[in-house]
Amino acid sequence: MTDTNHPSRPDLPTLPIIENFSRRAAIKGGFATLGAAAFVAAISPLRHAAQNTSAGEFMQNHYTELTPEQKADVIARLEEEAKEKYGAEVTIGDDRPIPGTKFVYAINLSVCNGNGKCVEACHKENNHDRATNQSYIRVIEMPKGTMDMEQGSTTYTGAVPKDDKFYLPVQCQQCDEPPCVDVCPVKATWKEDDGIVVVDYNWCIGCRYCEAACPYHARRFNWKQPEVPAEEVNPDQSYLSNRIRPVGVVEKCTYCLHRTRRGKLPACLEACPTGARVFGNILDPESNIRWLLENKRVYILKEELGTKPAFFYYFD
Amino acid sequence: MTRRATPLLARAARAIALMVVAAAALPGCRPSDGEARHAHPAPPAPASVAAYQVNIRRPSGPPLIELAGADPQGRAASVACSTCHSVRKPNLENKTAASLDEFHQGLTVNHGALACYACHSPDNADTLRLADGTTVEYVDVMTLCSQCHSKQAESFAHGAHGGMNGFWDLSRGPQTKNNCIDCHDPHAPKYPKMVVDFKPHDRFLDASEEPHDRH
Repeated sequence: MTDTNHPSRPDLPTLPIIENFSRRAAIKGGFATLGAAAFVAAISPLRHAAQNTSAGEFMQNHYTELTPEQKADVIARLEEEAKEKYGAEVTIGDDRPIPGTKFVYAINLSVCNGNGKCVEACHKENNHDRATNQSYIRVIEMPKGTMDMEQGSTTYTGAVPKDDKFYLPVQCQQCDEPPCVDVCPVKATWKEDDGIVVVDYNWCIGCRYCEAACPYHARRFNWKQPEVPAEEVNPDQSYLSNRIRPVGVVEKCTYCLHRTRRGKLPACLEACPTGARVFGNILDPESNIRWLLENKRVYILKEELGTKPAFFYYFD
Repeated sequence: MTRRATPLLARAARAIALMVVAAAALPGCRPSDGEARHAHPAPPAPASVAAYQVNIRRPSGPPLIELAGADPQGRAASVACSTCHSVRKPNLENKTAASLDEFHQGLTVNHGALACYACHSPDNADTLRLADGTTVEYVDVMTLCSQCHSKQAESFAHGAHGGMNGFWDLSRGPQTKNNCIDCHDPHAPKYPKMVVDFKPHDRFLDASEEPHDRH
């Protein structure tokens, strides 16, 4: 016990009185210290993440909540970041659905020979990571006589087509009942009026529930920041499609909305040397896609799941 | 993947209608769809004002034979088919390259059991002819192909056969389509085999990926 008002030493500074310093208090203090340490350890990935995140990005609202002015600010910031990180002058558009348009895609499996030009075109158009050859399209080499994707292979090489195989290109099916959208806990992914399922990369928390929910393996996760040489960056970008994605977010095929919402055909279709791909507006009765759906033998992948894809396969 | 037995369009339209009705009946029950699925029916398709058109590529004209040598001025020369064929008697029976001579040596012919003069015109070698004898210019070669390949021609006319580039929306820009002989050699029309030269490094299947990346 200490008497701070020491009569014989009036010049000493006063000290707080600590009485009955119990074991209980010591343990509490100990745990508090340990708890704080554990908390610091637990949030350390966040601290690392914060180093890759600008204040503006951290404070940004969900795309769907942004006013036009806020969008302009966000886009200016993202264009600036592209310049900083990739040394590329890019233009990021805010392409919205065209009223009266619902996009639909179809692939002629009688004609597709599995050459993979669509995969490569997607890779370049959408500014995918060069090291991993990432792409939104997988072409599956399938044994003839089955539609079971599990029996297919994506790693085939050499001359195609092989005699006993057919080729099934699979990308996002832009489902009308998208399981990926249903499971997103933060609503970072949704279906737009023209049928395109999009992702707000700045709102995605990278939980990958959507990737797990997709029965078509159509979503990709960015394990690292995509690397694209400045001269290879496609500068025609859109907020919801091919702008270069941050690390730790999920991405997917957007029917090249930065092209298709400006009236152009998707990059994979233009790249297809066999003409197996057809794209169009199903709401236009005069469209190619309407004629095709009415006149060909049309199939849907995993129809029994009830996902209602806006993506069709047909045979001649 | 199963066969679509019922008219697909009707089902698709029903699905869209149901979606709209559901969105109208349950406002706010799916907040994520608030912006995507409006509670009013989709507006009708716009009357597309086709300011632009679909351009089908055409060959420039009859093929020319490049001569091996040069003229005294050192210029390479090419001659029209009719240069020789106007003075040679056509062999209407000929079907194979083996019995062809001069410029046609080594020509691969694998187009059914067609005779040369099934498509080429015996009277004017710079033109083609249909089965009924009608003359077809080389630039209109697709007319010739279509007389046998009508199914492909029909699909082509509806954008379901053949590659294309440009705009799907012809109110915004033109579209260019390949013609038959851009992809098919008329003498051996089977589409050639190709070699796959680009592959994503698929994490699930590529054994060369680093172990920590394999989940």
